[in-house]
Amino acid sequence: MTSSAPRVVITGMGCVTPLGHSVENVWAALLAGKNGVGRISRFDAATFKTNFAAEVKDFRLADFLPDASAHADAGLNAQFALGAAAQAFRQSGLDRAKLNKRRFGLYLGSGEGTLDFPNYVATHVAAWNETERKVDARAWAEKAYATMVPARETEQEANMTLSHVAWEFGCCGPASNCLTACAASTQAIGEAFEILRRGDADVMFAGGAHTMVHPLGVTGFIRLTALSARSDDPTTAARPFDQTRDGFVMGEGAGMLVLETLEHARARGANILAELTGYGSSADAFRITDMHPEGKGPLAAMTEAVRQAGIDPRATDASGRPLVHYIAAHGTGTKENDRIETSAVKQLFGPLAHQIPMSSIKSMMGHLIAAAGVSSLISCIQAIRTGFIPPTINYRTPDATLDLDYVPNTARDLRPKGGVHTCLCNSYGFGGQNDCVIVRAFNG
Amino acid sequence: MANGQGKSRKTVITGVGTVTGFGVGLGKLWDGLCSGQSCVRPIKRFDASGFPSRLAGEVEDFSAKDFVPKHYRKPVKVMARDIELAVAAAKEAVEDAGLATLGTLPEDSPEPTTYPRDRMGCHIGAGLIAAEADELTAALVKAAPGGTFDLKAWGTGGMENLTPLWMLKYLPNMVACHVTIIHGAAGPSNTITCAEASGLLSIGESMRVIERGDADLCFSGGAESKVNLMGLLRMDFAGRLAPTGQAVSGAEVVRPFDPQSTGGALGEGAGIVIIEAEETARRRNAPLYAEISGVGAAHSPRRTDENAADEGFQYAVLNAMDDAGCTPADIDAVFVQGSGVRAMDMGEAHALRAVFGRELERIPIATLGPAVGNCMAGIGGVQAAVAAKAVREQRLPARLNTGTPLAGLNAGAAPSQPATLRRVLVASSSLGGQNAAMVLSRIA
Repeated sequence: MTSSAPRVVITGMGCVTPLGHSVENVWAALLAGKNGVGRISRFDAATFKTNFAAEVKDFRLADFLPDASAHADAGLNAQFALGAAAQAFRQSGLDRAKLNKRRFGLYLGSGEGTLDFPNYVATHVAAWNETERKVDARAWAEKAYATMVPARETEQEANMTLSHVAWEFGCCGPASNCLTACAASTQAIGEAFEILRRGDADVMFAGGAHTMVHPLGVTGFIRLTALSARSDDPTTAARPFDQTRDGFVMGEGAGMLVLETLEHARARGANILAELTGYGSSADAFRITDMHPEGKGPLAAMTEAVRQAGIDPRATDASGRPLVHYIAAHGTGTKENDRIETSAVKQLFGPLAHQIPMSSIKSMMGHLIAAAGVSSLISCIQAIRTGFIPPTINYRTPDATLDLDYVPNTARDLRPKGGVHTCLCNSYGFGGQNDCVIVRAFNG
Repeated sequence: MANGQGKSRKTVITGVGTVTGFGVGLGKLWDGLCSGQSCVRPIKRFDASGFPSRLAGEVEDFSAKDFVPKHYRKPVKVMARDIELAVAAAKEAVEDAGLATLGTLPEDSPEPTTYPRDRMGCHIGAGLIAAEADELTAALVKAAPGGTFDLKAWGTGGMENLTPLWMLKYLPNMVACHVTIIHGAAGPSNTITCAEASGLLSIGESMRVIERGDADLCFSGGAESKVNLMGLLRMDFAGRLAPTGQAVSGAEVVRPFDPQSTGGALGEGAGIVIIEAEETARRRNAPLYAEISGVGAAHSPRRTDENAADEGFQYAVLNAMDDAGCTPADIDAVFVQGSGVRAMDMGEAHALRAVFGRELERIPIATLGPAVGNCMAGIGGVQAAVAAKAVREQRLPARLNTGTPLAGLNAGAAPSQPATLRRVLVASSSLGGQNAAMVLSRIA
């Protein structure tokens, strides 16, 4: 991209997470090292090997929209996304009446909807023919048409969260939803950034929403042995970078940004929160289950992102400080992820890696799957605005091979060091998608 | 940057692969379309007698094992059908483009691949993938003593009956993931999930990725199969399917752009095109189907009147034509799905009228709905493949339509015929409101 490409700034943020439903509340909880994990309440998971998750609590869409009735059929993902988008739009100060709707787009990384589990299961079980070991299709259809709810089914397509947000806010610009597993919302932000840099829109919503806290979602991850199984001790189960880590803890929620070209933001006198300066994306193209052991994919994504941002990863400023001040790690708490991410960061920054604090908010809010990246990026923007960085909690036993500064257990005040100017945010998805974005303080 | 003249890097289509009810390979699809056949027939895969809509464009006698390298046969076990279709289409496309990739060369071959790993990207649209009913239900019934499913029993003795990698069959991004692994494509990769618009949105993103220099080649398009119990139910619930009655062919029930149409038909398929930077394609003397001169996307407001123009579709078409720097007089044909879904067809028809005015009567509108059915995320790639072939052959496929299209629309039944196709428009709308369009140009 040439240097004449528009600059892209962030003018609004919103989130719905297990730690709260506003950026202010979530940020306070993150700096306090609070934990959003508990027993699963949404269904009876008592006998599941993993019976806990970080759930969104007490969320009501009506608290966020003047009229939520148009979204009466919306699934949880769409509701979370609408809640986050409403916050972001309000903070941006945008005026619907003055917006060119054709230049107001959106790019989300939102998940598939939640199964209507009771009816789904009852239909399948009722139609089972044990002798033939298969489902009787005719019996299945009869039961399905008698019990399943049309809107509940059609809302599960992975485009519907996007539809609800676009309809509510009148976006008629470029619009996509991507679902690259746990990398989705970071990728969505990156692609929205590209759309703005190309000049195809003035304003974009970018973010994502996801919940997999439902019986088959939890089942799927249990079978993959990706989840922590510390059902005896849920609140300390999420242990990114700790030697005793045994998997991730499922979270849920949404995060949304308003991205805008600098020119558009300036013309309307917007309050600019931060600037996006780099985006890199790669595929491992290795195996469906494992990351490449040398972290080539994550390294390629980070390398491209810092290049675009004009950052030399091996350089320091006049005070000897690395040019990246904080890394929001993907940091899931699986053995493999944390080792490979650490290795990739060290490959990129060399010896300076030890001087860059890197933490995982998943230790507190769990893993928001498709919405994980945007949640991390919001914490980066808050770090830039406040000078504090959030900790990795539940960090008790250092892993001899993981020797970076993971900001153990306590938030850190970086103001004495000159605050936080530039942050790097990583996301990796099952299947090998790797995405990285760079955000920095807006300097005019 | 709008207005095609300023493009820094041109992009071309150099290979095409499709899997549809006509079989594997563009040749079979093209022959079927040109001879005016429909592959939409009574469903064979399961007993559909309990459903009001019982036709589908099914891919028959298909085994994905025949389309993967020998060393990749094992992972076929963890491919949902959507993935299988994409993998086969990608193989066809790669061979058609005359490329050497990890997937075409024998294992440990000393011969180099045509492109390095990190210069190849992959954007394949996908949808909500349904779990295989027999496999899942066989596990569910273990937790349903006496016929009533019990979550506690599922936790202790049910879920373990699912294979550990069960969930990975159904993640939408696994479609692209398998393709990237097979062919060693480690550049930018994404999975767009926007129903019928997914395929063309993916092609648009590939084009932008190449245009901005982040890759030289992309696998691009989409794949989806709804030919399963949940798929058929959801398609019917969404209003996408016509009741079958006594009909035995898609040609009888799918009547594109007929205001009296009662719906569409189910399909399954994949369409993958190889998109390359023109400079690198020419350097290797690649076969050239067409140039991608412009792409566009837009979102629709919530539709309240199905007989009004679909605003988002209209904007997507205008954006693509603007990007290509062309006017209505430059367009010689339009390739749309022609789903038979009244809300979609009428929305598209009125939008095309708004864009083309009196020119529209002159422009043949090629439709696929009656011939192959609605392949959802797969349809955009199939449309692109057919349009690219038409431009290369300077021929229009035959058009099936037993209805009466809206007045002024050149969309009635017609035989295949030679045609001067300098520039053609390919466009998709979706029931969720996402839209994408592309202009293809003849290569001089």
